[in-house]
Amino acid sequence: MSTPYAKLPGWVEYGLIPLVNLLVAFAVAGLVVLLVGESPLEAAYHMINGAFGRGEYIGFTLYYATTFIFTGLAVAVAFHAGLFNIGGEGQAYVAGIGVALACLWLDRLMPWYVVFPIAILGAALFGAAWAFLPGWLQAKRGSHIVITTIMFNFIAASLMNYMLNRVMKPLGSMSLETRTFDAGGQLPKLDWLMAMFGLSVGTSPFNVTFLLALAAAFGVWVLIWRTKLGYEMRTMGHSPQAARYAGIKEARIIVITMMISGALAGMMALNPIMGETYRMQLDFVQGAGFVGIAVALMGRSHPAGIIPAAILFGVLYQGGAEIAFEMPSISRDMIVIIQGLVILFAGALEHMFRPAITRAVLAFSGRGRTDAAVKGA
Amino acid sequence: MGELAIELKGIDKSFGLVHANKDINLKVRKGTIHGIIGENGAGKSTLMSILYGFYQADRGEILVDGRAISIRDPNAAIAAGIGMVHQHFMLVENFTVLENVMLGAEDSWILNAGITKARAELKRLEKEYALEVDPDAVIEELPVGLQQRVEILKALYRKADILILDEPTGVLTPAEADHLFRILEQLKAQGKTVILITHKLREIMAITDEVSVMRRGEMVATRETDKTSVEELAELMVGRRVLLRVEKGAAHPGDVKLSVKNLTVRDGRGVTMVDDVSLDLRAGEIVGIAGVAGNGQSELLEAIAGIRRAVSGRVELNGRAIDVTGHADPAELRQRGLAHVPEDRHHVGLVLKFEESENAILGYHDDPKYRKGFILDVDAIRADAEEKIQKYDIRPPNARLKTANFSGGNQQKIVLAREMERGPDVLIIGQPTRGVDVGAIEFIHKRIIEMRDQGKAVLLVSVELDEIRALSDRILVMFAGRVVGERAPDASEGELGLLMAGVEGPKEAAQ
Ligand SMILES: Nc1ncnc2c1ncn2[C@@H]1O[C@H](COP(=O)(O)OP(=O)(O)OP(=O)(O)O)[C@@H](O)[C@H]1O
Ligand SMILES: [Mg+2]
Repeated sequence: MSTPYAKLPGWVEYGLIPLVNLLVAFAVAGLVVLLVGESPLEAAYHMINGAFGRGEYIGFTLYYATTFIFTGLAVAVAFHAGLFNIGGEGQAYVAGIGVALACLWLDRLMPWYVVFPIAILGAALFGAAWAFLPGWLQAKRGSHIVITTIMFNFIAASLMNYMLNRVMKPLGSMSLETRTFDAGGQLPKLDWLMAMFGLSVGTSPFNVTFLLALAAAFGVWVLIWRTKLGYEMRTMGHSPQAARYAGIKEARIIVITMMISGALAGMMALNPIMGETYRMQLDFVQGAGFVGIAVALMGRSHPAGIIPAAILFGVLYQGGAEIAFEMPSISRDMIVIIQGLVILFAGALEHMFRPAITRAVLAFSGRGRTDAAVKGA
Repeated sequence: MGELAIELKGIDKSFGLVHANKDINLKVRKGTIHGIIGENGAGKSTLMSILYGFYQADRGEILVDGRAISIRDPNAAIAAGIGMVHQHFMLVENFTVLENVMLGAEDSWILNAGITKARAELKRLEKEYALEVDPDAVIEELPVGLQQRVEILKALYRKADILILDEPTGVLTPAEADHLFRILEQLKAQGKTVILITHKLREIMAITDEVSVMRRGEMVATRETDKTSVEELAELMVGRRVLLRVEKGAAHPGDVKLSVKNLTVRDGRGVTMVDDVSLDLRAGEIVGIAGVAGNGQSELLEAIAGIRRAVSGRVELNGRAIDVTGHADPAELRQRGLAHVPEDRHHVGLVLKFEESENAILGYHDDPKYRKGFILDVDAIRADAEEKIQKYDIRPPNARLKTANFSGGNQQKIVLAREMERGPDVLIIGQPTRGVDVGAIEFIHKRIIEMRDQGKAVLLVSVELDEIRALSDRILVMFAGRVVGERAPDASEGELGLLMAGVEGPKEAAQ
């Protein structure tokens, strides 16, 4: 009896409750906007218009969502095995090397559709390698994965600083980035997809990585619910004792899970590097690894929940940028506060309204209010 | 007829398709001990959870002391004077007894005054009801019997007049159970009302004033305990005559299947739990290990099954060594014909959040018949699970239901079906019938004997001495980690009892 209250129908559990949480988050965010003397309605207008108002805006929203799908999936996979991978940020960052190497090597020789698969492999490999060590330390030495992955984020930042300063920067250049890739290192935009809805991508970097993200989401679903490895991961996540009893090799599962998680986080690097800037820049991850934690939390670690959650955060990013642009007294930091509120209400305080909603739903469907309940009190 | 402490009228409750309580009426008289029995999944826990405010009934009325009230949550139940001791304790492990008792019932934000008061109140309760516990002991260091007393104290501290106990004796040693019953008698003498759920009909006969029987969600009978018998109750529960005695022929032991030599196992804190144990288990025999819980039986089973590392010793399965002191691999042992029904089904034998069919393959999930290439063959897994559900009469017969939503006894059957249906050479079983109803006990016992008659070797650990005596061909008694004696199954209960208490052990055991 983990939840002492009644089991709710699916549309309440996965529809109504998240929606209420979200509305409350926006209401509180609106109060914050009021506090700095701006109109919440205007902010809401810019948020929605900025995210959906034009094909180009939608392109940006989905571009961000692509990134968050990867990092969200990364956190979710680890979570199913009972591991909390905070290191998505560092894994994605280091994976940039894999992507950049593939592009620098082949961009002038091959078309994008040859370079892309190799870059995917490079991203996955470097991301997995960066997650391997914390996984191995957890499995063999019992070093807590939360601590080690956080430390590895810092190490990744220093490593990348060094790489871009000393190794991967073209000679004579002043900025900390690789050279710009030629055609082979540039992913095509998804204008055909937008055109199907009568929209245009405009200048937005909405590119084929989005399709890869959707495929990855499906792949994660298969992995978790339809493979032996996924079965063993879930067993371990729910009950380490049962896993031992079943002969599941804990150390092996931890290491493999972390590597898959790292590979997924790593694939995020394709989106900005090959899809937007066509070069690797300092700090290209920009916190997407951490956003992944919130996305996985909101999406209940299920791919079908992660995709909408990632889109929501895409809206917050893109719409937020628009607010900051149109309403100068609302700074970027305010946008971060609003995002924080969403995480707080939709993730951390997820259960706050549950009892009340449960009661309301039961009363409405006429099941909770028994004769006794009416006569009582 | 005295006054009624509780009256339930027309209580009805469904979980989706499962109709757990059907139009239940129940009268519990004040100052009595009222037993509730019924098969696994009959709806006993559900009914009590409704009374305690964990679940809301779909229909029906609850009257406490003749007044209709609504019990929306456990706080409302406590306010109405109802306390509950759950089968799985709800204590904060690293708090002291006193802190646990006070938790949630503190008078103010400032604890000090409250602590003094609580301590005095606790003293009084302990005296009044023979509920001795050291208020400053930390919960995790107490044996289960004492932890249970803390649960009772918690309820009394909150001024409960009606106490519900859901299968309280399942985890207790016989001596602890006796003590519990003395406490319950004392409560009754003070005018409190007790509702007791148990599968042990002997306990019902010994302590209750009245007993109500549930079957498949319905309340089928209420009897005065004096005017009924174990046989009648068993028949009321199951709806047919139940064989309360186990029938089995003579054993025909064959080759040694499992041999244990000088096995020593220590627990996490370095305390020796199994001390130089040796035993042989032959094909076609059931060897029972009797002993008071906590004398090393659990650790012995775990070491043999490869889930707890031994310090020293040698174990052979079918003549080949098991690396019990190194990296024994439970998956490999399964392939070599060892099946293991663990004592703790909730944490070890099952993943409660899985659906039933997923648990039906736990440990055997590597079998190619559950896979198509890389992908799990969900249809094959479910079909397999449904077959076992049929064969073992697991209820409700739904392979996709979450395991946590099966009743305790049905969960046990899920584990037994999984381990027995493989036809292993050696079956080691811990507490096969803990929390299982009489009908299912009969079934499980039959299956165990069938396994033996097919030439399998069975090692059985149980704290139920009756069960050990009924099933075993040989009985080994463990005390303080050692095997202190071997007896035939017709040894008297008294003789075994003395051995179990370490009184008559061989000299080397008494060092
Ligand atoms: N939360 C739930 N969701 C769905 N079904 C449930 C839930 N809780 C109980 N059930 C079902 O309701 C029925 C009654 O269960 P209950 O736990 O009350 O049985 P019980 O009489 O206590 O059995 P046992 O003796 O095995 O403990 C069972 O079929 C069980 O599977
Ligand atoms: Mg029960």
